[in-house]
Amino acid sequence: MNRVKRTLAPYLLVLPGGLWLLLFFVVPMVTMFSLSLQQGDIINGYRFTGHWQNYLDAITDYRVQLIRSLVYGLITTVALIVMSFPVAYWIAFYGGRRKPTYLFLVLLPFFVSFVLRTISWRQILTDDGMLLHPLKEAGLLSPGFHILGTPYAVIFGLIYNFLPFMVLPIYVALERIDPRVVEAARDLYAAPMTVFRRVVFPLALPGVFAGVLMTFVPASSDYVNSGVLGSSSTTMIGQVVQAQALANSNYPMASALSFFLMAVLLTGVFAYARVLGTEDVMNAAAR
Amino acid sequence: MTTSPPHHAVTARSAGGERTGHPAIQFAGVRKQYLSHGEAVPAVKSLDLSIAQGEFFSLLGPSGCGKTTTMRMIAGFEAPTTGRVFLDGKDVTGVAANKRDVNMVFQSYALFPHLNVLQNVSFGLERKKVGKAEIRRRVGEILEIVSLTGMEKRHPREMSGGQQQRVALARALVNHPRALLLDEPLGALDLKLRQQMQIELKRIQREVGITFVYVTHDQGEALTMSDRIAVMNAGLIEQLGTPREIYEKPATRFVAGFIGTSNIVDGRVSRVENGWAVLDVGPGERIVAPVPGSVRAGQGIEVSVRPEKIGLHRTAPLQAAGSVLAGTVTEVVYHGTSTNYTVATSAGSDFVVFDQNAHDAEDVASRGERVFLTWAPQHSYPIGV
Repeated sequence: MNRVKRTLAPYLLVLPGGLWLLLFFVVPMVTMFSLSLQQGDIINGYRFTGHWQNYLDAITDYRVQLIRSLVYGLITTVALIVMSFPVAYWIAFYGGRRKPTYLFLVLLPFFVSFVLRTISWRQILTDDGMLLHPLKEAGLLSPGFHILGTPYAVIFGLIYNFLPFMVLPIYVALERIDPRVVEAARDLYAAPMTVFRRVVFPLALPGVFAGVLMTFVPASSDYVNSGVLGSSSTTMIGQVVQAQALANSNYPMASALSFFLMAVLLTGVFAYARVLGTEDVMNAAAR
Repeated sequence: MTTSPPHHAVTARSAGGERTGHPAIQFAGVRKQYLSHGEAVPAVKSLDLSIAQGEFFSLLGPSGCGKTTTMRMIAGFEAPTTGRVFLDGKDVTGVAANKRDVNMVFQSYALFPHLNVLQNVSFGLERKKVGKAEIRRRVGEILEIVSLTGMEKRHPREMSGGQQQRVALARALVNHPRALLLDEPLGALDLKLRQQMQIELKRIQREVGITFVYVTHDQGEALTMSDRIAVMNAGLIEQLGTPREIYEKPATRFVAGFIGTSNIVDGRVSRVENGWAVLDVGPGERIVAPVPGSVRAGQGIEVSVRPEKIGLHRTAPLQAAGSVLAGTVTEVVYHGTSTNYTVATSAGSDFVVFDQNAHDAEDVASRGERVFLTWAPQHSYPIGV
């Protein structure tokens, strides 16, 4: 009886989450994949015909938006690494007893809906808003200058919205570095910059890796920031999917786009892991 | 910046850096305090100390005694609040850790987890811009000394505690530092390995001839390896001397208690005869101890005696030149190489006696038995006179 329980226990533990994933992740994925190969229209209904042409259409029609999304995602991710590292570093090494407070501050924006926050940035960045208006009054900017609707505004919004997702994993990785290891590097004649380059940064790489996963993928497929802060010239692939699915009811096209995007992102992530040497990264993370 | 160190320095001993004639490490009037919740807490109250070239020097004391702070001031991780630190005659008080020619072996080893053995050991030499061929030669040499040849490609996590320990040692020694600082380096190893490493460390130190400063709370470790020991307590050095001096002639009650086991008697001198103080305890019972000329009859005195110096007898000794105490056995504990007796005496304190199990399979006495303790006059040692 006891042995039966012991062998069953792991499966029982997995069961609730597993069922949930099966129902709400695997089933929709399969449905969506089948949808991406269907033909027809909203009035007469869609029928599965193994229509791979959907993918070709998706790629040719929306090549610009696809590339733009990946470029925005990439810029956002690089900017996030550069901006988050000092913050995470400071909290991890100089936060002292206030560490929880600082982490809370990093997370504070999460208490307001992400769409609302983005809309409020729209108010701030608007041509006669609190940011540009005084600068224009002071003659520092030309009256025609605007940010809203440009790629800058969209990327700015992406960076703002995903910052905590980069700060937190880097912080966790830095926090786990034994301060004695840093001292050992100093003891072995490493100047502060060398300590960072040869010891602290390599040891924080698992955190950077996790942060990139958590930001590059959602940033590339985001549809809110471009919708709220951008214009037709900044349209990202997420918006296209949304429009095809909700406005045009072209479900096969929306599904094909989504699957293609997923394939591109997965390939990117695996290539990235390969280059970085995931095995090392994962091992280091598992320590 | 560079001022001349005070000149009561111990002269340089063998090996290492005979060339300079300066002590390897010197503290002059060093005090170190930390701020804790706005209050100054002294870690090292007053330190004047000179460690000779090539010496195996131990800082021994309980946790919080200031020994680790002292070592960290040598390494450059802490700056003294007042006073100066000299390395090889040069004032390094304000010099950063990465610019000091000393290396440290950390208690937790602090190996670089992302680097393999070779990269760990080469780290310091690369920073010093030593040539590639030279690095390869020196790393190979040091790995041989610590018996790690063939493990160059291993990562620290793939190695046992003892091996990691030796990587840490090699990583420091390969730089030929002026002094090697060891912070309780054997603390994490099990007993057998620890004893083995003690012998190993001593051998390596002889081989490389570098000054070793060894921080430990383990008196056994300090006694077996050191040329000299500084016993620290509450931020001060209680006694500085060779292991034998520290053990045989503890300067303070703290040292007597911290190093090994001591029997300490508080008494009053009955008379002084040719440099020997006699304390009459009872009829036929007395303690004899060597004392300096300043000690007078009637003076209060503390006398310590080591448990292994005491003989345990069932019958009163016929004629004894030394100390004699009568008592009752309250505890008998068999320890393999020796049997330890606790004896309640008329001198006011319980005595511990270690009796070597050299001859008989039988215990000399059992619980509750009346016994006599004797020891030679020179084995009494007066504390603090």
